[in-house]
Amino acid sequence: MTNFMSRNDLLLLVGFTAVVLTMPIWLTPFGAGYPDLLQRFMIFGIFAVGFNILFGLTGYLSFGHAAFFGVGSYAAVWSFKLLTLDAIPAMIFAVLISGLFALIIGFLSLRRSGIYFSILTLAFAQMSYNLAYSVLTPITNGETGLQLTLSDPRVLDAAIGQSFVGQPVPTLLGQQLGGYAGFYFCAGFLILSFFFAQRVAGSPFGMMLKSIKSNQTRMQFTGFNTRPYALSAFVISGMYAGLAGALLAVTDPLAGAERMQWTASGEVVLMTILGGVGTLVGPVIGAWIIKYFENILSALNDNILTQFWSFLPEGFAEIVVKVTSKFVGDGWHLTLGLVFVIIVIFLPGGIMEGVRRIAAVARRSGPPGAKSHQHQPAE
Amino acid sequence: MANSNIVLHVADVHKRFGGLHALADIDLQVEEGKTHAIIGPNGAGKSTLLNVIIGKLAPSSGQVVFDGAVLTGRKPYQINQLGIARVFQTPEIFSDLSVLHNVMIPAFAKRDGTFTLNMLRALDSETTIREEAEHMLEDVGMLNRRDMQAGSLSRGDKRRMELAMCLIQHPRLLLLDEPTAGMSRHDTNTTIELLQKIKSRGMTKVIIEHDMHVVFSLADKISVLAQGRIIADGSPDEVRGNPKVQEAYLGGAH
Ligand SMILES: Nc1ncnc2c1ncn2[C@@H]1O[C@H](COP(=O)(O)OP(=O)(O)OP(=O)(O)O)[C@@H](O)[C@H]1O
Ligand SMILES: [Mg+2]
Repeated sequence: MTNFMSRNDLLLLVGFTAVVLTMPIWLTPFGAGYPDLLQRFMIFGIFAVGFNILFGLTGYLSFGHAAFFGVGSYAAVWSFKLLTLDAIPAMIFAVLISGLFALIIGFLSLRRSGIYFSILTLAFAQMSYNLAYSVLTPITNGETGLQLTLSDPRVLDAAIGQSFVGQPVPTLLGQQLGGYAGFYFCAGFLILSFFFAQRVAGSPFGMMLKSIKSNQTRMQFTGFNTRPYALSAFVISGMYAGLAGALLAVTDPLAGAERMQWTASGEVVLMTILGGVGTLVGPVIGAWIIKYFENILSALNDNILTQFWSFLPEGFAEIVVKVTSKFVGDGWHLTLGLVFVIIVIFLPGGIMEGVRRIAAVARRSGPPGAKSHQHQPAE
Repeated sequence: MANSNIVLHVADVHKRFGGLHALADIDLQVEEGKTHAIIGPNGAGKSTLLNVIIGKLAPSSGQVVFDGAVLTGRKPYQINQLGIARVFQTPEIFSDLSVLHNVMIPAFAKRDGTFTLNMLRALDSETTIREEAEHMLEDVGMLNRRDMQAGSLSRGDKRRMELAMCLIQHPRLLLLDEPTAGMSRHDTNTTIELLQKIKSRGMTKVIIEHDMHVVFSLADKISVLAQGRIIADGSPDEVRGNPKVQEAYLGGAH
């Protein structure tokens, strides 16, 4: 067991699994315990965990990862259209295609580092986005987006004589993946993704990625060819993005080009930084928080606000409604931006740094016996 | 051949930075198993010479040959894999990682080569490399700091750790750029002892040093560099007695 996974890692994995699987229960009081949102928590959690392998461990900031997310969605929908409505082939197909795509874009972008690398990834992603709208319309169905239709060939389904009545829906071994089934399907992948990320971070390979982030020059003078390391991290995180994109297509079989836009790429960067760059749990928490607030805030409108502030004196309430309305609905990005700025200034290590600080304060004011543990090596 | 035991040959190397002739017509031969010291005033081009050897800088002309292989034109990681390690003047370390991991990383390069995709293996199961790193840290007297973050070490400790990072690779040629700068007298003496011990194992070394005590304790041969040129070389006694050296270097600061 010790050679497989350390005790701490195992505890973390078990705790994480428990938290994820019980989400429908503990999120209900927060008004977030419904499948649609829970699925998105899982999907963007996967996206962020994978992004962290590149950005958090290796230190390369990509501004184009939404491209791989989008490619994953398209690939999955094509698998539903051409092969079968079963989700597993779609996932495999999506991960492979997005990995291949990441290999090409990563190979080209990694010829530069720092800001030039970021700009290159951004440029490639915007190119993909524009291609999806124009030249590649036969593959992407342009602005309408790629959808399932009754007339899709679905050769594998046809071969075993399976046919559907009404609108086709993705399945797993015949079970439809809507609602909670869809959530548990995505949750399984999030837990697997988390486990794999843990293994990567705790492997010699993961240590090399951290060393590249720490001092790439030293790595080179120590005998390492750093580029294949960075490229591997890039491809792995691209495959994670593809997996997440495919899951979004599983829960809602429609793929549109807006998924590849730069705002979507920026969002995963925000998630990772908000939660804590380089930590395992942080990016997932960042993803959950952003998706939660997006859901709550974007649903608010002037009517709800007027009701909410109605206890204030008249006239004053109107001003408050006017001001707050700028931060909700379509304006929720303003709130996100504000929260992000506050976090980066006061907690550069993200929410995980906040958690560590609180834990440190708690330990200091705790019983004196607890103090002696503080300096012990973590082994 | 008479010079068959020459392991490093810097042949007619020039290096220009714009108008500055940082290295001019350098010809340096280092014998296998010997310690070759390079001394000279600030800005003489000593670090530049090491940069050319390890592939950080390309020479403007000339070439560097190591054990029959031309180094010039190769990538730094390829040069390291041929058996050349370097301690830098400003420590080049992994500041965010622990001291132990800093020393383990070079051992992986030695064992697994320039790239390995071993992402499903647990670092905790690499006991051989960890023990090796712990021995190395013991040798440089830093085992008690193994779990510290490398960036928080004192300047002298960083340098000792960097030495351990080089030694764990058992390089054939070790390049040391002022390895004792920033160290206490006690740590300097420990380092000298350590370097003498390595020498008895047959490792070839090129050492740049300002501390004459260190130079004369270790060097078999000394080259004196001033304004990019080698103005004298020979045994420590020959160099000490050379009037040109007295004037350019020893006479001034020491
Ligand atoms: N990359 C570079 N670009 C331009 N000039 C450089 C570069 N590296 C070194 N120089 C210049 O070359 C000259 C030699 O520098 P070098 O660092 O080799 O000296 P040094 O002998 O190591 O001195 P010190 O004892 O101070 O370390 C200096 O004038 C320096 O400014
Ligand atoms: Mg120097």
